[in-house]
Amino acid sequence: MTDREMKLKSIYLRKSLLKYIYKAKAGHTGGSLSCTDILNVLYNRVLNVDPKNFKNPDRDRYIQSKGHCVEALFVTLADRGFFPESDLETLCQYQSHYIGHPTKKVNGVEQNTGALGHGLPICVGEAIAAKLDNKTHRVFTLLGDGELPEGSNWEAFLSASHYKLDNLYAILDYNKQQITGSNEEVMNTGSVRDKLETFGWSVKEVDGHNLKELEEALNNGPFETGKPNFIIAHTTKGKGVSYMESNLKWHHGVPSPEEYELAQSELTEAEAEI
Amino acid sequence: MQLDNIEERDLKMGLANQVVFAKTLEELAANDKAILVVTSDSRGSGKLVPFAEKYPKQIVEVGIAEQNLVGVAAGLASAGKKAFAVSPACFLSARALEQIKNDIAYSDNPVKLVGISAGVSYGALGTTHHSLHDFAVLRAINNLTIVAPADNFETEQAVRKAVEFKKPIYLRLGKKPMPFLNEADQSFEFGKGRVVRAGEDLAIIANGETVYPAWLAGKALEEEHGIKTTVVSMHTIKPLDTDLLEDIAANGRPILTVEEHMVNGGLGEACASFLFQNGFKNPFKIVGIPDEYTVTGSQVEIFNHYGISGSGLKDFALELFNSKK
Repeated sequence: MTDREMKLKSIYLRKSLLKYIYKAKAGHTGGSLSCTDILNVLYNRVLNVDPKNFKNPDRDRYIQSKGHCVEALFVTLADRGFFPESDLETLCQYQSHYIGHPTKKVNGVEQNTGALGHGLPICVGEAIAAKLDNKTHRVFTLLGDGELPEGSNWEAFLSASHYKLDNLYAILDYNKQQITGSNEEVMNTGSVRDKLETFGWSVKEVDGHNLKELEEALNNGPFETGKPNFIIAHTTKGKGVSYMESNLKWHHGVPSPEEYELAQSELTEAEAEI
Repeated sequence: MQLDNIEERDLKMGLANQVVFAKTLEELAANDKAILVVTSDSRGSGKLVPFAEKYPKQIVEVGIAEQNLVGVAAGLASAGKKAFAVSPACFLSARALEQIKNDIAYSDNPVKLVGISAGVSYGALGTTHHSLHDFAVLRAINNLTIVAPADNFETEQAVRKAVEFKKPIYLRLGKKPMPFLNEADQSFEFGKGRVVRAGEDLAIIANGETVYPAWLAGKALEEEHGIKTTVVSMHTIKPLDTDLLEDIAANGRPILTVEEHMVNGGLGEACASFLFQNGFKNPFKIVGIPDEYTVTGSQVEIFNHYGISGSGLKDFALELFNSKK
C-alpha cells in the first residue's frame, strides 16, 4: 500500500468500526477511533502475520491489552483477510464469536483479553520464550492509559527490563481520558515517560495519528539493545469525528441515526481531501 | 514429624509430595528443554533450588509478583513451553485468581499451576498463609482440572502426566512427608479416584494429605468395630469421578468426605451435589475446616483440632454409621 492508501485505509477502518458499533448498538467508540491508526500501521506495515497461516510459530505477536477497543481490532483483522467482514454483522449478537472483547475463537486473535492489566504479562512470557528459542519475531501489546494503574502492569514492566526484552514493544494509546474523566483526575500517572525510563524501558513518543511516525518507531527497534521498547502514542479519543473528539460521552457512546450519518459524512469528506 | 500414630510396619514412609514434584520435574527436564518452572521467589519452598542450579535456563524468576507469575506463564505456554507456575497455594489461587481465570483457563493456555505448601501446611503462620479456599474458587472456573495427590506415587504420576497434559491444570501439594497408601495399585489417571482400601459397609472419600488419616480411620473401623470401609483418594476434584461415586453410593452405605479445605465449596460439596442430584440418600457428612476463624498450630495440630485424624475420623464415621440405624 502507498502512503496515501494507508491514510485512506485509516478512514475506511473508522467508517467500518462505526458501522458495526451503530448496528450492534454497543461498542467502545472513542477508544477504538483513538487506536485505529495504530492498528492500521501494525497490521499493514509492521506485523509479520499471515491470515492463511496464523499459527505460524515465527509470527510476530500482537496482544491487545485494552481489549474493550475490540471493534478497531476486528475491522482491521477483517480488512487483512483474517475473516470475511460480513461476519461482523453479528457483532455482540447471541452466540456470535464477535463479542465485545477479543477472543481466540476469532482468527487472528492471540489471547482472550478484556480485563485490564493482563496483556503485558502475557507478552513478557511470549518475549522470554522467543529469547530462549533464539527466535527473531517481535511481541507487541497495546495498552490503554486508563489501565496503567493496574498493579500487574508494573509487575510486568519490572520483569521485562529484568529479562532485557528488547523484542517487546508496548504501545500506549495515550488519549489521556478514561470513563470517569481525564487520567489526571481519575489517577494521576504523572510522567509516564519518566516512570518507564526509571523502570528500565527505552521510550519514544510519537503522534499516534501520524502513520509515518508510528511506522518508523515500530519498525526500527530495538530503540536500545537490551531494553524493552515503550511507545507513547499521543492520541485523541474519538479521533476523526469532530463531535466525538475528546468528548467523554463517546467512551462507549453509540450514535443516533443522525449522529451516525454526520460521522460518516465527515469521514467521507476527509477521504476526499486525501 | 508426628503423623497421628503412624505405624511404619503397615505403610512405607515417603517424602513430602512437593519434594517428589521437584525431583520428578528435575528428572524430566533433563530430556525436555520445553519444561520451564516459573517462580515468585518461591524456588526454596518449592524445593526447586537443585532444579535451578542444574537447569538455570529452565527457570524463570519473576520475583514476588503472583499476577505476573501467572500472566508470564500463560505467555510461555502459548509459545509452546511446558510452563509450571509454582507458588504457595494461598497466594497463587487468590492473588492471581483473575489471571488464572482469564489468561490460563479462558484463553486455554495449558499452564501447570502448582500450589505448594497447600491447605494448612503453613499452619502456624495464620490465615494469610492458609489455602482453604482454592478448591472452591477454582472449581467455579471452567476449563481447569484440579488435582490434590495423596501420596508420593500419585504425585509423581500427576507430574509426569501434567507435563504432557494439553489443558490447564492445578496441582495442589503439601510439605509433610507422606506414606505410600496402596502400593498394590499402580494405576493413576486424572479424573479417576484411587481406592486405597476396600470395604462395603462405609466409605471415606478424601483427597490430598487427608487421605492418610482417612486410611488410618478405615483400618481402625474394620479392626476395632468390624466396619469394612472403603477409602478413596479422590485426587481429582474436577472433573470428579462420578462413576466411582455412583458405584460406592449404590449399596446405600454411609459416606464421609474429608478435605484440607473449608467445608464450603470443596470436595464434600462436589460429592454431595452429584449424589443428591442423582437421587442417592446415603447418610453423608463433610469433614473439613469449618467456616470460622481458623485455629493455628502445626498442620497435625490443626488436623487434630478439627477431627481430621485417624481417631477423629473414626469417631465421625461411627456417628454417621450409627445414625442410619
